[in-house]
Amino acid sequence: MTPHDPVSRRRLLVAGASLGALSLAGCATPASGPSIGRVVVVGGGFGGATAAHYLRLWGGNVDVTLVDRNPGFISCPISNLVVGGFRQLSDITRGYDGLKAAGVRVVQGEVVAIDASARTVRLAGGQVLAYDRLVVSPGVDFIGDAIGGLATPAAQAKILHAWKAGAQTVALHRQLADMRDGGVYAISIPKAPYRCPPGPYERACTVAAYLKQAKPRSKVLVLDANPEVQSKKALFEKAFKDRYDGLLEYRPNAELKEVEAAGGVARLEFEDVKADVLNVVPPQRAGEIARSAGLVNVNARWVGVNWLTMESTAVPGVHVLGDATFPAPGMPKSGHMANQHAKVAAAAIVQLLKGEAVNAAPVVTNTCYSFVSASEVIHVASVHQYDAAEKTFKTVPGSGGVSAAASAAEGRYALSWAQNIWADTLALRA
Amino acid sequence: MPKNPAALLAAVLVLAAPAARADDSMLARSLAATCANCHGTRGQALGDMKPLAGVSAEKILAQLADFKSGAQPATIMHQIAKGYSDDQLRLVAAYFAAQPAAK
Repeated sequence: MTPHDPVSRRRLLVAGASLGALSLAGCATPASGPSIGRVVVVGGGFGGATAAHYLRLWGGNVDVTLVDRNPGFISCPISNLVVGGFRQLSDITRGYDGLKAAGVRVVQGEVVAIDASARTVRLAGGQVLAYDRLVVSPGVDFIGDAIGGLATPAAQAKILHAWKAGAQTVALHRQLADMRDGGVYAISIPKAPYRCPPGPYERACTVAAYLKQAKPRSKVLVLDANPEVQSKKALFEKAFKDRYDGLLEYRPNAELKEVEAAGGVARLEFEDVKADVLNVVPPQRAGEIARSAGLVNVNARWVGVNWLTMESTAVPGVHVLGDATFPAPGMPKSGHMANQHAKVAAAAIVQLLKGEAVNAAPVVTNTCYSFVSASEVIHVASVHQYDAAEKTFKTVPGSGGVSAAASAAEGRYALSWAQNIWADTLALRA
Repeated sequence: MPKNPAALLAAVLVLAAPAARADDSMLARSLAATCANCHGTRGQALGDMKPLAGVSAEKILAQLADFKSGAQPATIMHQIAKGYSDDQLRLVAAYFAAQPAAK
């Protein structure tokens, strides 16, 4: 649409008017004075939900509308415990009621178009939302044609990724529960970068923990397209050897080329591997809406951002968070990092709406806990300070690191971390 | 002598950067928000995590110094604390001390 299209202009005005009314009605603590601006947030995961929360927390009278296609939030962190059968999907599912109570207007819908010149987004149902600043936190989508044989609905129904927590997380556990004792579970890991660097190795461990207990003659095969374990290498290698020796086999440089879904065959460069349960994590890129909106400008996969504001380097007025971004050095694609991106963006957006200078020295951190069994955990942590000369975040020398060893104490911390980050992201009270 | 030398120093440091106008209270809340993933929004932690809201700045700073030096054994805080300057930690501690403790 164009701003000169009279029909669209009318829809825009109607959308703007209803937005204002609804925001006021949904606001638990009405801010004094007029709104300082309208922010639409596309995507209610760790990045988008945190941005919505902190825009209300720090902006006061900012009109915030959050759009997500799902009715609630399902956490990827902790989801490997659901794959292993140690937790239920309900344990990692939370609602948007906390954000609503904080004054965020939550809309369930699919954003299909962004018009950056008119400053509007359009939903699948035709609804148009007007914004002064837009936040896009779309996560990743899979590169559809990267792996041969995976494009058909039949193949996708059988060969799961379970790399977006939800129905596939439960379905993958069901496949494992239905597998014969003595069967083979194979997980294919794409070349980095992908969402959650330690995630595939954690999954190999939680699946191995389940099989060791329930079907001990079975096998876990880790087919890694990378030359080595991509995160917490020594700790994962120790877990593979000490806990799952004879059960788990790790193969580096094992890039998946093609699948033959009906027979459960994974075709690598030089050999075919047959698996009873084949779990393929495909190569990834920024979520589709980022691509269609012209935000993707790095390696045809990721979104470049200004790290002081998280604003896209391709499209003004659009702030992009989380896994969709082209990261600063040493910055992982994680839910924790997306939450931290969101706080940089929220602080900057409030300042920009007020016409004031943004924080010139932002800091972000990352912590990723990984379960190596049903209860024992290892972590990796980092702190990233903004470097004004190089205009990027840099990890602080001497800071960060990994666990000394896996422990049940860190298992308890991991679950408390989840409880706190879910609450911080979704404005939950408990 | 200013009432809050740490905050004044931080403000001077920030103003020394060309684009910086954000005042130190906004800097402090942004720095403190980097802790919220584990320690709760505004330091009001849930579950097993240590709450920071309402804890005195002196106590928080002493613990952070012990994490940095290694005097206080930790699973992760010794690694995180080393990522912040002492000026940043003083802002963070003052921020949390001023927050109401969770009920």
